[in-house]
Amino acid sequence: MEKFEKLQGIAAPMPLVNIDTDMIIPKVFLKSIARTGFGKNLFDEMRYNRDGTEIEDFVLNKPQYRDTQILIAGDNFGCGSSREHAPWAIADFGIKCVVSTSFADIFFNNCFKNGILPIVLPQEQVDVLMADAEKGANARMTVDLEAQEITTSDGETIAFEVDAFKKHCLLEGLDDIGLTMEKKASIDAFEAKASAARPWV
Amino acid sequence: MTAPKTLYDKIWDAHVAHEAEDGTCLLYIDRHLVHEVTSPQAFEGLRMTGRKVHAPDKTIAVPDHNVPTTAGREDPSQMTEESRIQVAALDKNAKEFGVHYYPVSDVRQGIVHIVGPEQGWTLPGMTVVCGDSHTATHGAFGALAHGIGTSEVEHVLATQTLIQKKSKNMKVEITGKLKPGVTAKDITLAVIGETGTGGGTGYVIEYCGEAIRDLSMEGRMTVCNMAIEGGARAGLIAPDETTFEYVKGRPHAPKGGQFEQALEYWKTLFTDEGAHFDKVVTLKGEEIEPVVTWGTSPEDVLPISGVVPSPEDFEGGKVEAARRSIEYMGLTPGQKLSDIEIDTVFIGSCTNGRIEDMRAVAEIVKGKKIKDGMRAMIVPGSGLVRAQAEEEGLAEIFEEAGFEWRLAGCSMCLAMNPDQLSENERCASTSNRNFEGRQGYKGRTHLVSPAMAAAAALTGKLTDVRELI
Repeated sequence: MEKFEKLQGIAAPMPLVNIDTDMIIPKVFLKSIARTGFGKNLFDEMRYNRDGTEIEDFVLNKPQYRDTQILIAGDNFGCGSSREHAPWAIADFGIKCVVSTSFADIFFNNCFKNGILPIVLPQEQVDVLMADAEKGANARMTVDLEAQEITTSDGETIAFEVDAFKKHCLLEGLDDIGLTMEKKASIDAFEAKASAARPWV
Repeated sequence: MTAPKTLYDKIWDAHVAHEAEDGTCLLYIDRHLVHEVTSPQAFEGLRMTGRKVHAPDKTIAVPDHNVPTTAGREDPSQMTEESRIQVAALDKNAKEFGVHYYPVSDVRQGIVHIVGPEQGWTLPGMTVVCGDSHTATHGAFGALAHGIGTSEVEHVLATQTLIQKKSKNMKVEITGKLKPGVTAKDITLAVIGETGTGGGTGYVIEYCGEAIRDLSMEGRMTVCNMAIEGGARAGLIAPDETTFEYVKGRPHAPKGGQFEQALEYWKTLFTDEGAHFDKVVTLKGEEIEPVVTWGTSPEDVLPISGVVPSPEDFEGGKVEAARRSIEYMGLTPGQKLSDIEIDTVFIGSCTNGRIEDMRAVAEIVKGKKIKDGMRAMIVPGSGLVRAQAEEEGLAEIFEEAGFEWRLAGCSMCLAMNPDQLSENERCASTSNRNFEGRQGYKGRTHLVSPAMAAAAALTGKLTDVRELI
């Protein structure tokens, strides 16, 4: 996995609440057996007309937001299905950080596996970032994972929380299967104990 | 004396294989269910790294999302090229990695969350995961069951564990008795209407109370299935005699002395008196009415006696979301829900594709005809549900009433196969999500119980089923 380094980029506002994974990547695009190439269909039904032409007033189609790297989103972002195609599409588009007041659980976990940093902040702080993102391409935010700080285009700094283990994995770009396999002895010991206690499993 | 524990605490504690200083745990997984949409990249990852499936005997695969539900589906021309490739990939991966497998040609094939319990793979006290959010279904057995992403599917395949931090405990109690015509689906939708789709985020829900105890296993699965729609990691119901009776004799359930040994353990799986819940929601069973959804989020729930709300009825970000939903759904604020005309009825899915759901529909439509011009489809959740419904004479009732009686699969719940809504087509659906485009591009979904879907099929409108019983 690619390391998450200090990110400086354009932030786009998507204040709609309950943006679900069907909106992020509709099911017609789930039929691929690859992990790549989903970016062009990110937010497909909000972004394109049926004939494939772009819907002009959708935020990521506006000239100032075409190179968005940070998404400032409404509450409960990523609710719905477990499809990892949603973070794959987000990452493939070039977005590396999503900020909201809350995320759906599975989506939140999936982000970290794909080099995306989901940040949860209180409403007032999301409002500040949303207003900053509304300014367009000149408003470039900085997300510093090491320092756990977002800096707005006006220089205002907002601190955020992140799980220490997940932060470590993102910063180092670690493969967590490899990390878990280092604990094979614990897993083997658990299996031996559990199969004695619950042999029917 | 040890502190009193919730059911979730007990199952969690019994599955921690490793705990780091910061509380990050490796949770051991007893059953890993796999379907064709969220697994190909995970198997490919194993191949690329030269890893094996750690416990193929605890891994069960079945294709369900893409498979057609019409007769003659063995003919590959019924699937798009991409669907064919995805199903073929599961065939290949299941064989190559040696996991249990129910191919399309097997009578036991069906929706993964129906097949697991039906075959006795899902048992009380287990941890169950699947690359599918509706894995919550299995919580009905008092198993800790939840959806995971594809990277986590690969992690479980390779290590049989999941990196997890513990969720908080939430209790949802449904007191008293349900009124006639009110079902498990109405309970679970009513709860989401109360808590919102984000209300369960960070929690595992334990459903309890008399109305839950009174439910069959099928009903309990319907309730837990939609725990994810309320944002919860998982939903749980403590196992009891109803559970043990359901499990006993299933192909992969323990037998003989081992069943007795298991039973002894299963009977310890309940929340101790005085255990702490971080959040408690209580609904009165007798106050729950048959409900429908009016919008594009499962929290947009109202009793069938209600009217389409106005965006101004809401606060904050929900105002714009409601405005968007009402426009998308082609409704008018103030319109009576029971005046909404329906084009299509879909009965099936992992929420409501079990035998009891089939029976509930048959009870309403027996000897009657669906509305002229109505498209009504009933899709059993597994080949065995289909066979049982045929044996009980239900299939005949459906066909005589004008329903299409289909083969097993996910079908129009998410419309990855040919079963889809067209633009502006309005559907009363027993599935679990009314998201924009969920059942087809610009399709309009109203979530209801099987009995309510059956009523809508007869009258051509959203209808209070209590008027027909």
